[in-house]
Amino acid sequence: MSETATLKVWRGRDKVDGRYETHEVPFEPGQSVLDGLRWIRVHKDPTLAIRYSCINANACKECMMELDGKTVYACTARLEPRAMTIEPLSNKKLVRDLVTEIAPPAERFAIKDK
Amino acid sequence: MSTEPMRVETDVLVIGSGAAGMYAAIEVARAGPRVLLVDRSLIGRGGATVMAQMTVAVALGDEAPDHWSHHYQDTLTAGRGLCNEALARLLTEHGPDCIREMEDWGVGWARKDGKITSAFAPGHDRPRCVYVDFLNTGPAVSKTLRSALYRFKEVCRAGDLCVVDLLKSDGEVTGAVAWHMGSGAPVVISAKATIVATGGLTRLYRRNSASANMGGDGYALSLRAGAPLIDMEFVQFFPIGHLAPRLIGMDPIMWDPFRYKLGGKLLNNRGEEFTQAYGVPEDGKYVITRDVGTYAILKEVEAGRGSPHGGAFLSFQHVPEAKLREAFGPVIDRLAANGIDLTKMPIEVAPIAHYHMGGVQADVRMETEVPGLIVAGEAVGGANGANRLSGNAITEALVFGRQAGRTAAERAKIMQAPSPADARATLDLLRGEVRRDAPNTAEMIQSLQAIMADDVGPLRNEAGLKRALTRIGELDAMLGERPFDKGEPFDLTRLDWLDLRTMLCVARAVTQAALNRTESRGAHQREDFPGMLPEWHVNQTIRLNDGRIDISQTKAAVEMAAQ
Ligand SMILES: Cc1cc2nc3c(=O)[nH]c(=O)nc-3n(C[C@H](O)[C@H](O)[C@H](O)COP(=O)(O)OP(=O)(O)OC[C@H]3O[C@@H](n4cnc5c(N)ncnc54)[C@H](O)[C@@H]3O)c2cc1C
Ligand code: FES
Repeated sequence: MSETATLKVWRGRDKVDGRYETHEVPFEPGQSVLDGLRWIRVHKDPTLAIRYSCINANACKECMMELDGKTVYACTARLEPRAMTIEPLSNKKLVRDLVTEIAPPAERFAIKDK
Repeated sequence: MSTEPMRVETDVLVIGSGAAGMYAAIEVARAGPRVLLVDRSLIGRGGATVMAQMTVAVALGDEAPDHWSHHYQDTLTAGRGLCNEALARLLTEHGPDCIREMEDWGVGWARKDGKITSAFAPGHDRPRCVYVDFLNTGPAVSKTLRSALYRFKEVCRAGDLCVVDLLKSDGEVTGAVAWHMGSGAPVVISAKATIVATGGLTRLYRRNSASANMGGDGYALSLRAGAPLIDMEFVQFFPIGHLAPRLIGMDPIMWDPFRYKLGGKLLNNRGEEFTQAYGVPEDGKYVITRDVGTYAILKEVEAGRGSPHGGAFLSFQHVPEAKLREAFGPVIDRLAANGIDLTKMPIEVAPIAHYHMGGVQADVRMETEVPGLIVAGEAVGGANGANRLSGNAITEALVFGRQAGRTAAERAKIMQAPSPADARATLDLLRGEVRRDAPNTAEMIQSLQAIMADDVGPLRNEAGLKRALTRIGELDAMLGERPFDKGEPFDLTRLDWLDLRTMLCVARAVTQAALNRTESRGAHQREDFPGMLPEWHVNQTIRLNDGRIDISQTKAAVEMAAQ
């Protein structure tokens, strides 16, 4: 059988009220964690929220999240054929799933909190 | 989720915060009017600008003599007769000014003996490309403009705002409707002038060099607002995009700087150099232009001489290790971490979608046919004709951005606040609907990228282009009239749906224009119509009439000499 990475992904809109979802992702050497998350969107569940722009170049610096409790760029963290836990940044305001509010306040749209 | 829109009002709305949008915002603010700069991603991070690696073409003449007219001539030659000469002139003549202003803002162009130094890039008649550091030009350009913006209080900046439609009242563009990704709420923006600086369309293709935000939004926004597009068939492929072995955390166009510095050899699977068979002997230098390079590699693959993954080999094995390290120090270690030792092995490269020559039709003031709608940067079509020179795109973004800002500021000063536009259709769209058999939108985007890569890539033919049109139509039907989700915060199915609406429209424009042009020129190569024909010395213009794409043709300019 071909190898897989087991991604345990945090989902939800509220930090206290979230849940983990586990997905088996086909593993090939030379893939990033972001590749794995994008695979989930295309093959399993397109509603998974992730923030990224440049995909490979590590230029936009938008894809920060926590992998096994450590802050990483999802596009430079290697996907590995083992269980990996992926959570949103714990020190930033949560938007949804793996997306947090990371823009400096001066570059955010001022919207009234509902 | 409430769908009650937020309403905001400004003098000038700038859509997109790449080099073009940020320069435009600065220029408006300097003239006085208020600016709202929005981006679907974060400010200064989501586009191609921050990804650019090295070259910025400009006839600065600091290190060695140069004049903009030489740069202009090279641009026209590379454009294979189709450049809008007035735009090419604007780009080349005003480039030096913007480059010096960037220097004043602290970008830090590389210097030698105190002078700003230039590198040679293919297609230029002399070393003409300034840079910050071999891999850092784009990030430096972006950061410089982003910091410069902080000095202007009149500029509001807002990320996570994806513009969905432009708004019109009395035949003029008077703002836009955006979807705020952070909250899921619609936002109605009213403005006296609107600048579209949304960059290119490379995301239409499976293998591309740019970001997830480059689905051609500005082309679709403008087209739907009634502004024509031009030269849409000319998509630039970057010949030596990284193909194999797989690499993490590296830009796929990373080999370009290596080639600038060290030449490198392009080889087929027999280990032979092949570019001379396509009219360009390289002799260890990097001289092949992008259109010819792309063509040569794909033809070698077609003839069965490609590399295992379907490209060509790029080899630096003849370069001594010390020299490699001197040129690329830390990059060599990052390659080693990916199992690549350039002294022992070649890597595989293949063409990758990179830049769009076509775009919204504009005059030298960056005004479109629709009053109130101004464009800037890669969103503008015409300056580079059928093929762009390396380094021209950043300069284009800076120069066109600055000009767009000036034009918008002038307009904002004489216009009254516009009467409220009717935003109902877009707001209605953003309400979405529940659909039981909803398709996977992320998968649909992949399908579209496959269609475009397989049938509307650099080598085209009638059967393939027709097949692509049929399949684009099928995806259109699958997409339906409205997003099928609740539009929650950062709902990527919602974003995918909006992106598909845009990408399908733009894909159709590219494909239809490519099918029409029965000749081969620059980045558009028809296998069934090889060779450039005098009767095709025309630009194709695209309009949307009742949802249908109409194409008309106008004679391209006769070359005039630059004074
Ligand atoms: C990897 C790479 C390397 C390159 N290297 C070079 C080089 O060395 N030299 C050179 O001259 N050129 C280079 N180019 C090309 C050059 O970078 C681009 O043409 C140029 O930066 C475009 O600038 P722009 O401001 O027009 O658009 P971009 O920088 O692409 O910015 C467009 C912005 O608009 C935003 N946007 C898009 N749609 C919407 C919407 N609907 N609502 C709100 N915001 C939206 C995007 O998020 C993005 O931030 C390179 C391109 C790439 C991809
Ligand atoms: S996706 Fe851009 S840095 Fe990771």
